[in-house]
Amino acid sequence: MIRSNYILKLLEKDERLDGRKLDEYRPIVVEKKIIGKAEGSARVKLGKTDVIVGIKTEIETPFPDTPNEGVLKTNAEFAPIAHEEFLPGPPGEDATELARVVDRGIRESKCIELEKLCITEGEKVWGIYVDIHVINHDGNLIDASALGAMAALLNTKIPKYEDNKIIRNEFQMDLPVVHKPVTVTVGKVIDKFLLDADQEEEQVLDAWLSIATREDGVVCAMQKGGKSGLKQKDVDDMIVLAMKKSKELRKKL
Amino acid sequence: MAIIKGIELIKNGKRLDGRKPMELREMEMKVGVVPNANGSAMVRFGKTTAIAAVYGPRLALPKHLQSANKAIVQCRYNMAPFSVDERVRPGSSRREVEISKVVRLALEPVLFLENYPKTTIDIYIEIIEADGSTRVTSINAASLALADAGVPMKDLVVAVSGGKINGKLIIDLNGIEDNNSEADIPMAFIPGKKEITLLQMDGELKHEEIKEIMNNIFKAGEEIYKMQVKVLKDKYRVIV
Amino acid sequence: MEKANGVREIAVPGEILGKKGKVFSGSGTYEDGDNIVSKFLGVVTRSENYIYVTPLSGVYTPKVNDFVIGIVNQVEKFGWIVDINSPWEGFLAISEAIDEFIDIKKVVLNRYFDVDDVIYAQVVSTRRGDIQLSMKEPGCRKLTGGVLVNITPSKVPRLIGKQGSMVNMIKEKTKTVIRVGQNGIVWINGENIDKAIMAIKLIDQKSHIYGLTDEVSKLLS
Repeated sequence: MIRSNYILKLLEKDERLDGRKLDEYRPIVVEKKIIGKAEGSARVKLGKTDVIVGIKTEIETPFPDTPNEGVLKTNAEFAPIAHEEFLPGPPGEDATELARVVDRGIRESKCIELEKLCITEGEKVWGIYVDIHVINHDGNLIDASALGAMAALLNTKIPKYEDNKIIRNEFQMDLPVVHKPVTVTVGKVIDKFLLDADQEEEQVLDAWLSIATREDGVVCAMQKGGKSGLKQKDVDDMIVLAMKKSKELRKKL
Repeated sequence: MAIIKGIELIKNGKRLDGRKPMELREMEMKVGVVPNANGSAMVRFGKTTAIAAVYGPRLALPKHLQSANKAIVQCRYNMAPFSVDERVRPGSSRREVEISKVVRLALEPVLFLENYPKTTIDIYIEIIEADGSTRVTSINAASLALADAGVPMKDLVVAVSGGKINGKLIIDLNGIEDNNSEADIPMAFIPGKKEITLLQMDGELKHEEIKEIMNNIFKAGEEIYKMQVKVLKDKYRVIV
Repeated sequence: MEKANGVREIAVPGEILGKKGKVFSGSGTYEDGDNIVSKFLGVVTRSENYIYVTPLSGVYTPKVNDFVIGIVNQVEKFGWIVDINSPWEGFLAISEAIDEFIDIKKVVLNRYFDVDDVIYAQVVSTRRGDIQLSMKEPGCRKLTGGVLVNITPSKVPRLIGKQGSMVNMIKEKTKTVIRVGQNGIVWINGENIDKAIMAIKLIDQKSHIYGLTDEVSKLLS
């Protein structure tokens, strides 16, 4: 409680505990292809927030409406190691929401050419499993996970598929990725906008808006969070800020 | 509901169900539909029908859920197995878990939670029939149910979806539009202050289009709000 | 206007009822800038100095000095846990219930009040959901026999009426004894209990219309 008040006092003066500017991200580290067994992988660190995203490719039956398209499935685990409040067990509402928000950012941007992942129309397609594993939670899990997912997808290779068997260490092609959507979560507190809130800062945010944008400036997904409302002007300003910032993040991919 | 490639959802300014782009579906609202609950309401937009029931404020149990100085809000959005084309398995899907969360966050800002320490306000929503825009229909119903339950509120909450089909901006997406749209924005707001409490978007939109859709939603919301007020006051009108 | 229909002015949550200044915001309303806004779906009363809203439904929120009718739920070592028809339970401590000295090692408390006993008690403390009751005030006692009826807690003032006029009318015309708890629980004993219950239920349903007193009077004749 005392720390929250101190954080708010600093914010009133446009200051943050770690000295960052309000629109500044913590040091971003993106490591690619770190998990040998995964068909694609990346690890993203935003300050102390640490997320590993692994991509597995499996044979799946396509959705009935899209018989010649691969399927994309995203899951997130808030591993108990990551935070004292994460409990073992199936994903809770926050992990579920995060997975779905990251998924929409990827899916709606049409960045994966799913039609190129068809093996036998109506029967067999490639399933791209995006698994987000939170290693340490110090805030802004959405941006870290979305960036990690994109980085992982960009180094994903599709294995060879012969005689109804996946040959895991031989590859036929790169995953066809044609866009680079990036998610920026803009927080609102008092009357200020805050980017890349760490865990303590997240506690004082009134509300936030996660915005996924493509490199051509199109918005693909948005998700509002937090217990307070936003005005229309807030939303406008947040979209502008997110678009601007996403260019910086995209460079890390 | 099917994704149909190349489907023409709007032709000559008319949508598949005959509506104009800015036209809402036929709306129906009732309160007090679940006598056992402290408050309840049914809201229907076209075929999409949601029943919301509020239990509470009541003691929050188990005890570790309690907040010492305010009420907590628990919300469960659930689709009845028969509400859709392809049967929904009973139990909470990930989609239902996420929707439960965002619906709760859409309603919490108007509640005076500090008045009821250690209690929980439980909001249950059942989708009886789903034909697009179920979460905003749920929010409209839950808002009425809370008022019906006598829970103190700063204002009602109004919700409706907006989107883009075949390049045209529309209001209140039905099932087939929802599944085949270029973009879909469900939004909820507090009518007095025009404060947005639910905002989600998926699809492909330019910033300008988002702005316009949000404006359309605020406008359509006025009609929805009028009906909410009427149905609440009508409950106590004496038929002379 | 509403009066023509016989219904009092009804507001919904968020409805602006007036401007601060000559009048102030009373219970059931809140201030938003200059505006006095309703918190409830309820009946609006405009007095000379206040605008207030009485909700038409809702749970009972205990207030200090309220008299309530409760049902004993549990007998504990140092008192009783009482169901007072509210989100929180009430606690009646031994010291607030019994004058004489009690040696708790020797005496079992259910000798005084047991589970399911009905009591008329007063709320003496409501800090943070901790509701403390007392039976020290005159009038507080165990209620035996009779029948309990539930009404919407916010309608209790209507049932009581100005200086007890409404409830007294019911008592006289049905030859009953009636205790009304602020928590919406009513205890009735006497001759024409059924008629009294009908009258009470009528008030619960129609508290928001004008001419209610006449309607109740007609029912009781």
